[in-house]
Amino acid sequence: MGLKQNLHNLKEKYKGTKIAPAFNALHTFLYTPNDTARGGTHIKAADDLKRTMNTVIMALIPCLIFGMFNAGYQHYLAVGEIQAVTNGFFSSEFWNLQNFVLGFWKILPLLIISYGVGLGIEFLFAVIKGHEVEEGYLVTGMLVPLIVPIDIPWWMLIVAVAFGVVIGKEVFGGTGMNILNPALTIRAFLFFAYPTWMSGDKVWVQGAVERTKEIANGSTADAISGETILGSLAQSHPVDYSVMDMFFGFIPGSVGETSTLLILLGGLFLIFTKVGSWRIMLSATLGALVMGYIFNVVVDAGWITETSKFYGLMSTEFWHHLIIGGMAFGIVYMATDPVTGSQTNKGKWIYGFLIGFISIMIRVFNPAYPEGVMLAILLMNVFAPTIDHYVVQGNVKKRLKRGKLKTA
Amino acid sequence: MSNDIKIKKGLDIKLKGEAEKTIEKAVLSNFYTLRPEDFHGVIPRLIYKEGAKVKAGEPIFHDKSNEAVKFVSPVSGEIIEIARGEKRRIVGIKIQADKEQIFQDYGKMDVNAVDADTIKAHLLASGCWTFIKQRPYDIIAKTDQSPKAIFISGYDSAPLAADLDYVLQGKEAELQAAITAVGKLTDGKVHVSVGAKSNSPLAGLSGITLHKVSGPHPCGNVGTQINKIDPVNKGETVWTIHAQDLVIIGELLLTGKFNAERIVALVGSSVKKPRYFVTKIASEVATMIYDNGVDQNGNDRIISGNVLSGKQIGPDGYLGYYNNILTIIPEGDDYELFGWNKPIFDKISTSRALTFSWLTPNKVYDLDTNMNGEHRNFVLTGNYEEVFPLDIYPLQILKSCMYQDLDEMEALGMYEVAPEDFALTEFICVSKQPHQKIIREGLDLMIEEIG
Repeated sequence: MGLKQNLHNLKEKYKGTKIAPAFNALHTFLYTPNDTARGGTHIKAADDLKRTMNTVIMALIPCLIFGMFNAGYQHYLAVGEIQAVTNGFFSSEFWNLQNFVLGFWKILPLLIISYGVGLGIEFLFAVIKGHEVEEGYLVTGMLVPLIVPIDIPWWMLIVAVAFGVVIGKEVFGGTGMNILNPALTIRAFLFFAYPTWMSGDKVWVQGAVERTKEIANGSTADAISGETILGSLAQSHPVDYSVMDMFFGFIPGSVGETSTLLILLGGLFLIFTKVGSWRIMLSATLGALVMGYIFNVVVDAGWITETSKFYGLMSTEFWHHLIIGGMAFGIVYMATDPVTGSQTNKGKWIYGFLIGFISIMIRVFNPAYPEGVMLAILLMNVFAPTIDHYVVQGNVKKRLKRGKLKTA
Repeated sequence: MSNDIKIKKGLDIKLKGEAEKTIEKAVLSNFYTLRPEDFHGVIPRLIYKEGAKVKAGEPIFHDKSNEAVKFVSPVSGEIIEIARGEKRRIVGIKIQADKEQIFQDYGKMDVNAVDADTIKAHLLASGCWTFIKQRPYDIIAKTDQSPKAIFISGYDSAPLAADLDYVLQGKEAELQAAITAVGKLTDGKVHVSVGAKSNSPLAGLSGITLHKVSGPHPCGNVGTQINKIDPVNKGETVWTIHAQDLVIIGELLLTGKFNAERIVALVGSSVKKPRYFVTKIASEVATMIYDNGVDQNGNDRIISGNVLSGKQIGPDGYLGYYNNILTIIPEGDDYELFGWNKPIFDKISTSRALTFSWLTPNKVYDLDTNMNGEHRNFVLTGNYEEVFPLDIYPLQILKSCMYQDLDEMEALGMYEVAPEDFALTEFICVSKQPHQKIIREGLDLMIEEIG
């Protein structure tokens, strides 16, 4: 009782002051407020935005933990200390403390930076503009560490997060008003500002960059290759990962994007809880498969030969596109952002399909960087209002027509 | 074509404290207050001053913009107080009832023998016009427009709603008289909807088009029925009348008296023995409530109307002009530790985000008035559509009201809606936005700008 009463007294004391939003953010984290419904419905359903966002975070936690193990696994595998997994998903080569510890200490700072900088800015804006601290960043803050390379320098992440939160979200008025997905804005900023840290074959495995520098300085140690599967395919290198490796996620890549299995489970959880849109997830998957299939057909027809630089990615079996790269992660956690996505149910089908379709197209044709899901989602974020406009116009036209029939 | 209306989208909110089917005569209160705020958009001009004696059914004020629309006293007695709010706006006209009730006699009328103009004048003079509301705008019907159709819902699907089959039984004669009369005021049909499994006295009336409705709330909302039967287009008007108010209209036509008696359901989890009472429009509620097992010192909310669209009134409040239930539920002005992330079993939710009401669709809930969260910008999409059966985009129309784009509001269907149509979307709103208020303000803007 004591804590509740004390916090209540503090809330009353801060009411109307500049500090109130910051205090309320912490207070409501502990206690759902005592506000009662006024002037509208006298009862309210149980869900609030915090609960919704918390559900997404819960769906992300398995990816985060897997990412920690995978960071260690990829590192030790690359330096030759351990053998590749052999026993399916629960292989002991993967799930061991050594892997986890390395990943934990690499990823925890990313998480702290992401939340610390992002929430700091959110609090600052809330205090300056006098609105409540909104929950959107709880999810963004979790997404950011999962979609960057493990060795990303901290200062870059700090700059990118600050940019993404301010330019991507706050200038529009905060959660609910932004046009672009904030997490992807952060990633796009990194991608265009520091491309050498966001692509290539050195950034995806912990230690690879450092080792390259050592070699350049005369070290005799072996270079660590951290090429992603997409990187290999783009350069028509042989891929030495099995389909099951790709599906389980024992592959190099951004921190949390590798395990299609866990992403799939997270996606099903989001669909079950009705927090994520099944329409977008399903249609994006279909879009990706269709585009992948078209490329397969083109290759089968002999229009593209092995001499083409697109051959590697175009000949990839169409459904493999879903389990390599960031495709699955993007579809489940990024495309479904309700604020930046299409807001009508019909629009979601179109929006999702085009995300999948364009992702694979960019992935195949992008010469500098063999991945397209980030750019496809950002592109479709921009077009989502247009899609909605035409969907809603359908309803408007129906109404006009109805009126004309009556008066005629 | 079948006249039945089946809807799938919606949500039945099952609450504790449904009225048992017994009718008691409430101890008649001595005080009655007409509140002009019950009549949206009406600016009252008083006919009588404080201290005047009035008969039951005698006009005490009329609409400033249209003198023909008269508002009558529910009882005979003395006007003891004209309560005024800001800018001397009249907020209540309080009448102390006489021991002996004297009625203003408007004369019997044979509805089959008279023409539309006579009926219209009769309803206006006797104050019964106020029971007729119109769409667009959800206001008292304008006197210079003839509706393309009239809609009457004989089925209330709102939480804890009064069972209209039950409260209307034995009123066939009054209902028939009223239907015949208002039917003459339109060139179109009189659409009456009853529950699919009901034995409503409305079903047997002549001069109506009967519809059977089934599905979750808001299938009983007249707005849903209009949208499914004959939606309002630009330039058209439809009228709606509460089924219970037809009884008052009918009685006026048959006997010449404006009898403000109404059967009211006293419901909600804070009521010890919820049941039906006979009381009068605008009656003080305190005696009725506290005589019947509501704790005097309890921390309860008293609502004139249902929990979704009713109006909060204090213990010294009065029954609203259009309401036929009084709901009393506990206030929820307390904090809840980790209320935003712990699993929830005792509240209703349409999601499954650690909320488990989907497991128990038939469970009866005891909800309080807590917001269960804080007000936010619109974030989630697609969830309103699950509970919104109208062929309208709810999120888009709400946003168009917020940025006050009149063209867009019109195009998206504002002529068809009333605030109560957005009660369910407001209930489930994750961002806790005041949907009904947004729609009401949007409609008011349209009245002001378009008229």
